Amino acid sequence: MTQEQYRQYPDEKGHFGPYGGRYVAETLMPALLELEAAFNRFVPDSEFQAELRVMLHTYAGRPTPLYCARRLSDKLGGAAIYLKREDLLHTGAHKINNTLGQALLAKKMGKTKIIAETGAGQHGVATATAAAYFGMECKVFMGVEDIRRQAPNVKRMELLGATVEPVASGTGTLKDAMNEAMRYWVSAIRDTFYVIGSVAGPHPYPTMVRVFQKIIGEEARAQVMETCGRLPDLLIACVGGGSNAMGLFYPFLNDDVAIMGVEAAGKGVETGKHAATLTAGTTGVLHGSKSYLLQDECGQIREAHSISAGLDYPGVGPEHALLKDLGRITYMSVKDDEALKAFETLCRVEGIIPALESSHAVYCAMTEAKKRSTEDIIMVNLSGRGDKDLGIVAGVDEIKAK
Amino acid sequence: MTRIEKTFDRLAAANEKALVGFITAGDPDTAKSFEIISSMIDNGVDVLELGVPFSDPTADGPVIQRSSARAIKSKMTLGKAKEMVGSIRKKYPDTPVIVFSYYNPIYAYGIENFYGDFVSAGADGVLVVDLPPEESDEMTGKWTGDPLPLIRLVAPTTPDDRMKHIADVSEGFIYMVSKTGVTGSAGLDAQESSGQVARLKQMTRLPVCVGFGISTPADVADMARVADGVVIGSAFERTIENNIEDPDLAGIIGRQTAGYKAATRM
Repeated sequence: MTQEQYRQYPDEKGHFGPYGGRYVAETLMPALLELEAAFNRFVPDSEFQAELRVMLHTYAGRPTPLYCARRLSDKLGGAAIYLKREDLLHTGAHKINNTLGQALLAKKMGKTKIIAETGAGQHGVATATAAAYFGMECKVFMGVEDIRRQAPNVKRMELLGATVEPVASGTGTLKDAMNEAMRYWVSAIRDTFYVIGSVAGPHPYPTMVRVFQKIIGEEARAQVMETCGRLPDLLIACVGGGSNAMGLFYPFLNDDVAIMGVEAAGKGVETGKHAATLTAGTTGVLHGSKSYLLQDECGQIREAHSISAGLDYPGVGPEHALLKDLGRITYMSVKDDEALKAFETLCRVEGIIPALESSHAVYCAMTEAKKRSTEDIIMVNLSGRGDKDLGIVAGVDEIKAK
Repeated sequence: MTRIEKTFDRLAAANEKALVGFITAGDPDTAKSFEIISSMIDNGVDVLELGVPFSDPTADGPVIQRSSARAIKSKMTLGKAKEMVGSIRKKYPDTPVIVFSYYNPIYAYGIENFYGDFVSAGADGVLVVDLPPEESDEMTGKWTGDPLPLIRLVAPTTPDDRMKHIADVSEGFIYMVSKTGVTGSAGLDAQESSGQVARLKQMTRLPVCVGFGISTPADVADMARVADGVVIGSAFERTIENNIEDPDLAGIIGRQTAGYKAATRM
């Protein structure tokens, strides 16, 4: 396969090779077709792009810096680590890039209500923020387990005027929140826009979310060229559903740059308590698209586990599945305790509190940096800030102290 | 002539509409589930929809979600459902059985294996709720041999041109979803649904069965006036849930079935 071919996906029906597609109930199909038509009509339009650019610049805080983490690099004694600081965005994570884009599209389509699912709460907060910005009604579905472990974000969503709908079914995490959001959407299909937060779900969502997130990679590419005069040797990002990763990686797919996606290994892939879908999953269909899944031999979805709510998902975006099969991206996994170690290190050494999701990518970068020469450049997507995780980290410290 | 065609012909001759009964296989367990199914057929279910549970049923409301969870807990699988279809076929040679599921369990079972096993077990059709026409070729394209109709759905949101296309590629009968929402949603708007049925019936000669939100004999009578069949699902599962310890559970479901069946006689 020539390099140019990495960016020819999806096909006209939303398939990324064998993955992707639209596996949804008939009631949703007309809405997806309407969304696809609106996406193709409005988003490439220069007026839409100009409007979005202004919002991202004056409201969300783009461009985000590309920061050379010199003290971290020196401590490790290997490659130079650069952090793409998506954690500095308004609402504290990359999610706002996508929610402002989708909410603007919802507005163009004349929709007045938006709904979303959320795991860590970052996408929920970013959707609630976009809803407040546009004066739309907003409902966010969140698993009861995630509500417990990400309480500050629940409060934030409520302050922003959103209704948080607790989801108790299943394991009370992101998968169940997405189930419930899809169920609600079926009943409210005529006036409600569903803002999906990852490069997952039925077509056109994986493509649409990537289109709104690829600004991360486009900026980073220009920034590294300006600062270092060349492309990086390695890109690293964490992968739950995979939106921050796809956002960083996409503009580099046809370059001679190594790319690593980092999944959550939870307590260890061998224990079965993990969320390493691409590492240990098999092909199947969940939430409207075909991709890798954690499932049993009968096709029942398995519980995922990760200390990080945003990675605690048994599926992954279909484009990641394809890029894994094509061998373009290497996927590996990092355990809960390793992510915590990276979290602490980045706090102490750089004065940056990363989200537990992003800490997985930081750990991978720390390991890779040591193996490489000081001439090498590693670029990490620091997708979110860790303020929301202080409760979890404090809980772990208490357990350790006992 | 297929069992589905024979059934609708027989009903038309008797001036009746079809009572289509959905039940989750293995709820509350395999043995009781078979008793319940027998009681449903003995008391007037004309077409059986046998639901094979999936862990993440996004098109279903809370009642069928809980029913699916109970069935998964009782270890119901497609493999066991196939055996159940075989037993039903043996006991009731004329009752059409439609296997109902989500795509992932079928995909995991293997598309060709599914077809081969369920055709030999005596299934008459399959309904895959999350497999729209855009994606269904990947499944039916691998099915060569005896026909196993894919029962397709149309929804209140389906526009005319799309409805026409679905009607053209349909086999067996067409499942008309009466309302936007998940299964078990309350409140049937008989007038609006009747309009939908009329719209669809202009586009097809296949029988049209209406489902979603139908729970009382009065609802059944309303829909039986315009459609060729009426689907009851969540209402049966709710009865199971409310009488799960009752030794006469199958009898209770049987009496409920008879009430619905009476409402299909014109």
